[in-house]
Amino acid sequence: MNVDNSMETSGSKSNIDPPLLSLHGISVKKESDFLIENIALAVQQGEILTIVGPNGAGKSTLVKVALGLIKPETGHVQSIQNLRIGYVPQNVDIDETFPITVERFLRLGHKYSLQQLLITLKKVNADALLDSPLQAISGGELRRVLLARALLKKPQLLILDEPTAGVDVAGQAEIFTLIKSIRDQQNCGVLLISHDLHIVMAGTDRVVCLNRHLCCSGTPEHVQQHPEFIALFGQSHANKFAIYAHHHDHTHDLHGRILHDHELHAHSPHAHPSHEHHSHTDQPHQSQTNKSHPNGNHPSRNHHG
Amino acid sequence: MEIIPVEIIMDDFLLRALIGGIGVAIVSGPLGCLVVWQRMSYFGAALSHAALLGVALGLFFEINLTLSILVVSIVISGLLLLMERYNQLASDTTLGILAHGTLATGVIILGLMPTLQIDLMSYLFGDILTIGWADLFWIYVGGILIASILRLIWRPLLSLIVQRELALVDGVHEIRIRMAFLFLLSISIAVSMQVVGILLIVSLLIIPAATARRFSASPEQMVLLAILVGTISVASGLWMSITLDTPAGPSMVFASAIIFGLSFFKGKRT
Repeated sequence: MNVDNSMETSGSKSNIDPPLLSLHGISVKKESDFLIENIALAVQQGEILTIVGPNGAGKSTLVKVALGLIKPETGHVQSIQNLRIGYVPQNVDIDETFPITVERFLRLGHKYSLQQLLITLKKVNADALLDSPLQAISGGELRRVLLARALLKKPQLLILDEPTAGVDVAGQAEIFTLIKSIRDQQNCGVLLISHDLHIVMAGTDRVVCLNRHLCCSGTPEHVQQHPEFIALFGQSHANKFAIYAHHHDHTHDLHGRILHDHELHAHSPHAHPSHEHHSHTDQPHQSQTNKSHPNGNHPSRNHHG
Repeated sequence: MEIIPVEIIMDDFLLRALIGGIGVAIVSGPLGCLVVWQRMSYFGAALSHAALLGVALGLFFEINLTLSILVVSIVISGLLLLMERYNQLASDTTLGILAHGTLATGVIILGLMPTLQIDLMSYLFGDILTIGWADLFWIYVGGILIASILRLIWRPLLSLIVQRELALVDGVHEIRIRMAFLFLLSISIAVSMQVVGILLIVSLLIIPAATARRFSASPEQMVLLAILVGTISVASGLWMSITLDTPAGPSMVFASAIIFGLSFFKGKRT
């Protein structure tokens, strides 16, 4: 594994604690094409950092570099010493020929007591699944079981690749609520990938928008105003987050989307009233985040300055 | 077909055949399950076809056949592992080329040795009735070796099978574990060759395992059931061979296929 376990010595930065995990100048090539190019990011303890980006943007690749599963072409990964990572992969396709129950699956990583398993499964609301064959449970149940497997390691950092893949809308909201409560209880860092923008935006502390290069990063309110973000996801998406950030009821989301498809070309994002509130949340530390941005071509823009 | 007196049934050669066959069934149980779980039956077939090259080289250099098959299997599985690493996946085409290329080479080398009177059929389909005590010794030494290494790598190996990336994040050393598995598969092929023959080794690996799947809720249960099905197949195949004068190896595989077919009449339990 290429994870460098030395502590980061970042005296000049305003953060007192070193980040749990930080990536520096990461590039990954496939043949002659860059899958990701010159990416830097860091996850602090207690924060939820979400990577968004279109399909093929290199989100999973970036996470795999962070996990040490892929060796980057350039750049390096730093982490605090003996960082315990709980990982929830995106693609879990358990072969039908392999007989395994949820209980056994959870025990494959380590020898846990039955009580430990039950307590953890209860946390993710899946304690009834203990004896179920792994292939017989639903997509949402499997996500929760995977989350339980990650939690059993008492992680300092949770890395979740599309934690809501194959889960219905109600289940998605439930999983994000769960992730937030886990963060609140255990004060762990969370790095998650999503292309499922609207639910994520409401619950995340920082967003990194990735499209092979790092487009922009900052708070959700900031990122959704960024021209590159709008170019990637369209105006309607940008507005959708703003609405969603305020109304945690998904019926409003649908309402908002219809509204904005109408207004798509007619208005700038600032025209929508819900943005005025957000504009004040553009905090100074964002520009700091963007200064450390490796790609000089994509400076952050302070919309209100 | 002649009538066989009871004394002969209890005779040494039959006893040896039974002990050898059961030994191979025990070895094939866990490895067959691992082959099935990893969808590697074609890989197993390629590896066992290459065993004929092992036989040919063993006869040519006049060394122990089990040993020469083992060496060739290890070399070939190492090659396949390398190909898989650098060539995305060892595709069924690549495996097919390797399987039949080595098989043909083996047959040619055997054909070029005019001084030897070789019964090719006995290598291709097994010759369990001529099995000697030394062969039994190898089968059981191989079995003990397989069991003890499997004990060490069992959990990380299962972890890799279920979800590779989770296993890697948990710190499983993939290459080491997979090399160990291929080593064990090579041993099982080397010791099974004389019992069912090169062309049928894979059947004795995968048919009992496939039969056991429907009745198993855990990996270990599937292994034990596969051993049981394998043992019944070997014993009934041997019985069929004695009473009907059919070739022993194919009879065992025939028996296991019948058991597999019959298992569908029982409802799925898991």
